[in-house]
Amino acid sequence: MNPVPLSRRAFLKVSSLASGAFLIGLGAPHEARAEAPATDQPWTPNLYLRIDPSGRITIVSKNPETGQGVKTSLPMIVAECLNADWTTVQVEQAPLDDRYGRQLVAASGSTPDGWDDLRVAGTAACQMLIAAAAEKWGVPVNECSAENSQVIHSGSGRSLGYGELASLAAKQAVPEVGTLRLKSRPDEFKLLGKFVRGIDNPKILTGQPLYGSDVRLPGMLYAVYLKCPAFGGKVRSANLDALKREGGVHDAFVVEGTSDLKGLLPGVAIVADTWWQAEAARQKAVVAWDSPNQDSSAGYADQAAALKDAAQSTLQREDGDVVRTLERAHRVVEGSYHYPFIAHATMEPQNCTAHLDSAGNLELWAPTQNPLEGRKLIAETLAIPADRIRVNVTRSGGGFGRRLSVDYMVEAAAITQKIRRPVQLHWTREDDIQHDFYRPAAWHHFKAGLDQQGRLLAWDHHFVTFSREGNLAPAAWFAKDYYPASLTPNFRLRQSMIPCSVPTGPWRAPGHSAHCWAHQSFFDELAQAAALDPVQFRLQLLEQAYGKPPLDLERTRNTLKAASKLAGWGRTLGAGRGLGVAFHYDHDGYMTYVAEVSSDRPGQIKVEKVYAGIDVGPILNRSGADHQVVGCVMDALSAAQGEITFAEGRTQQSNFHDYPLLRIDQAPEVEITYLQGVERPAGLGEIIAAVTPAITNAIFAATGIRVRQLPLKASGITVSSLRI
Amino acid sequence: MPSYTLKVNGQAHTVTVAADTPLLWALRDNLGLVGTKYGCGMGLCGACTVHLNGVPVRSCQTPVSAVGNTPVTTIEGLDPAGAHPLQKAWCDHDVPQCGYCQAGQIMTAAALLKQTPSPTDADIDAAMAGNLCRCGTYVRIRAAIKDAATKKVSLEGPSPDGPRSVRRPTLHESTEAVS
Repeated sequence: MNPVPLSRRAFLKVSSLASGAFLIGLGAPHEARAEAPATDQPWTPNLYLRIDPSGRITIVSKNPETGQGVKTSLPMIVAECLNADWTTVQVEQAPLDDRYGRQLVAASGSTPDGWDDLRVAGTAACQMLIAAAAEKWGVPVNECSAENSQVIHSGSGRSLGYGELASLAAKQAVPEVGTLRLKSRPDEFKLLGKFVRGIDNPKILTGQPLYGSDVRLPGMLYAVYLKCPAFGGKVRSANLDALKREGGVHDAFVVEGTSDLKGLLPGVAIVADTWWQAEAARQKAVVAWDSPNQDSSAGYADQAAALKDAAQSTLQREDGDVVRTLERAHRVVEGSYHYPFIAHATMEPQNCTAHLDSAGNLELWAPTQNPLEGRKLIAETLAIPADRIRVNVTRSGGGFGRRLSVDYMVEAAAITQKIRRPVQLHWTREDDIQHDFYRPAAWHHFKAGLDQQGRLLAWDHHFVTFSREGNLAPAAWFAKDYYPASLTPNFRLRQSMIPCSVPTGPWRAPGHSAHCWAHQSFFDELAQAAALDPVQFRLQLLEQAYGKPPLDLERTRNTLKAASKLAGWGRTLGAGRGLGVAFHYDHDGYMTYVAEVSSDRPGQIKVEKVYAGIDVGPILNRSGADHQVVGCVMDALSAAQGEITFAEGRTQQSNFHDYPLLRIDQAPEVEITYLQGVERPAGLGEIIAAVTPAITNAIFAATGIRVRQLPLKASGITVSSLRI
Repeated sequence: MPSYTLKVNGQAHTVTVAADTPLLWALRDNLGLVGTKYGCGMGLCGACTVHLNGVPVRSCQTPVSAVGNTPVTTIEGLDPAGAHPLQKAWCDHDVPQCGYCQAGQIMTAAALLKQTPSPTDADIDAAMAGNLCRCGTYVRIRAAIKDAATKKVSLEGPSPDGPRSVRRPTLHESTEAVS
């Protein structure tokens, strides 16, 4: 074990509680002002770990849990380094607290962000427990070791439990962070890498309160909030008096709101004793809106067609001479790809419980990926000081990027600000589908030149995307260093933008989960033009770098080799069967997927099986890792069949009948190889990008139909049940 | 407003609600039984599945006035100890990701196993196709149902190999590929 350089200077704090519990915490430099708790104070949440005299170990999970598994996997890191008995560990969810630093579910960041701090927290505590035992026994520290929440003396075989050592351990010298020897390799792990079950399973499986929508407070009312179906519309009038006479209704009022699509949009709040009463009253609401928004999918398509020739585009990057190289290339291939807007559709619709008390303190209970943004938006919009706002983070019924936007939090806060009672705002599914921050659509126009060996000589890419007020719309970017930049000597990226007045935002692996499909599909067209095997074409493409590509070519190639081996690439397949391959890199994760598709009727396919080669470094929780990879396969197959469209400034879909999600009868088996190629783990929740092109490339192999437009039905493809 | 006496998980509860109030919201808001979830309000996702006299129904589409004396079973009452074979199998396979849909999944699966004690993959897909899981835990749902079925444990009482509550999760050392 080598001391691992920390990503930032960290320090430790120790205190002994009146109860004898031993606390150790770790924070970023800016937390240096945080004082160790006085001995008579109860639990202070700037700490990750508590060991009670009874032996109970409590680990705080600072990051929101949305189903990505961090409430289990991150405490496992502490437990691993503490050499704790996992079966006795309790996990507590932290509220928003500035002393924790990053409390965010985004960019697969929770794991890499926590890796050093959590190992230090566990390792330092373990070292102090060992020192305490050595002092008690009067033996050298190096004769003592720790396992299963006990310190053991090798000479005598004596042992003491962590609980028995807690108060003495608190009095030991705090180790220097730089001297700690942190476990980092899979062969050092006893707990990490195992199949460990979700910490909340007992509550989930017996229906105990856990999610945001399960919050129940004394005297709590329920609310619905009607916004203009066309984005950004204002309330001109509403039948508030009639609504107030509906059964159980306490209040009905207009919220002025702002014009910020990510903020508090104008609307009508209806507050009642029960949610159903509020919802039943909503059915009788008569609201007139001022709604100038006229955006439509047809209008976007017209503008995209007008922009296709790139005459009005802006040059983002040019390496070498693309135009001249294409003139001289052995083969030139062109292809255009288009994908639609899609929704997040978290199973738990957006909701938030809020209470502004008479003293002016606002407390929230929110299923959110972004509690800090929630507090900030509320403070700015409703003039409630941030230090009077407490955000409790509940488990979220799914996130996928939707809950990075916190519109529902500010809506709940605005309602409690008016009625001064605890209130739960709960959206309907229709609210959720129609007021999402959609993954933006785009058009990709490619032209590529190959030499006689099928090497990529030149790549010309015109990206047609969306703008908001002159700038790129949220999550509508394509970065200029994305591959195949640096994988070919001649590369050009041009961009055109269509003005857009509908909300867009990050959706699982933002950008990547969309544009990878276009790129990896076109790679397949190039392989075909060059008469090369799709795997061979990609291995050749990843052989040589021009400049400095952001992805590690060898790690990428290794996932390609692993997944194609797992899939038995090259094996003989029956008629109407095909394998498709695609690789990708994002969020420090490397992936290759191979999909096996069958088709026994024209235009109808089944995704029989998907194989994955994944390198995100060491796997922390095998169960959680498999969940994320398999979940990404299902998510991609689902998203490839979905489409959100707009007319007159509003979303045309509203529920699962017109925005369907994948069902069990289409769900393929998934087989995974983890390469665990480096010692630092990356996150795994967004390992999705290469799934869709693997499937559509397999559709081509099975049927000869090249999918250049999503959803699949736009290319004449429907997905069948596996067992019909 | 009229009053209704509902028999939920073996207990009688009286609620005073409008006749068209869906059973889902009477359970969640009037009785405080929040294990049954709202997902779509149109009977499309199955998150709100409960049993009426053992038959799985969408509680978001079932008005309180239509329930009458029929016994209602929710996830909270599926097993007094939370140790129904499916709850144990769900725990063994670590089925949940976000977990929000899982109460509805388990209630639908419990009804399936009563009807079809040894379901095939096709039986499972047909019975479970009304229950959405946005996280995509379908492969484990299939495996957990088959596991609960092949262990041939009683669906009415404690498992023959002794009570094993899901309240204390333990490590499962298997590292085999989950497929």
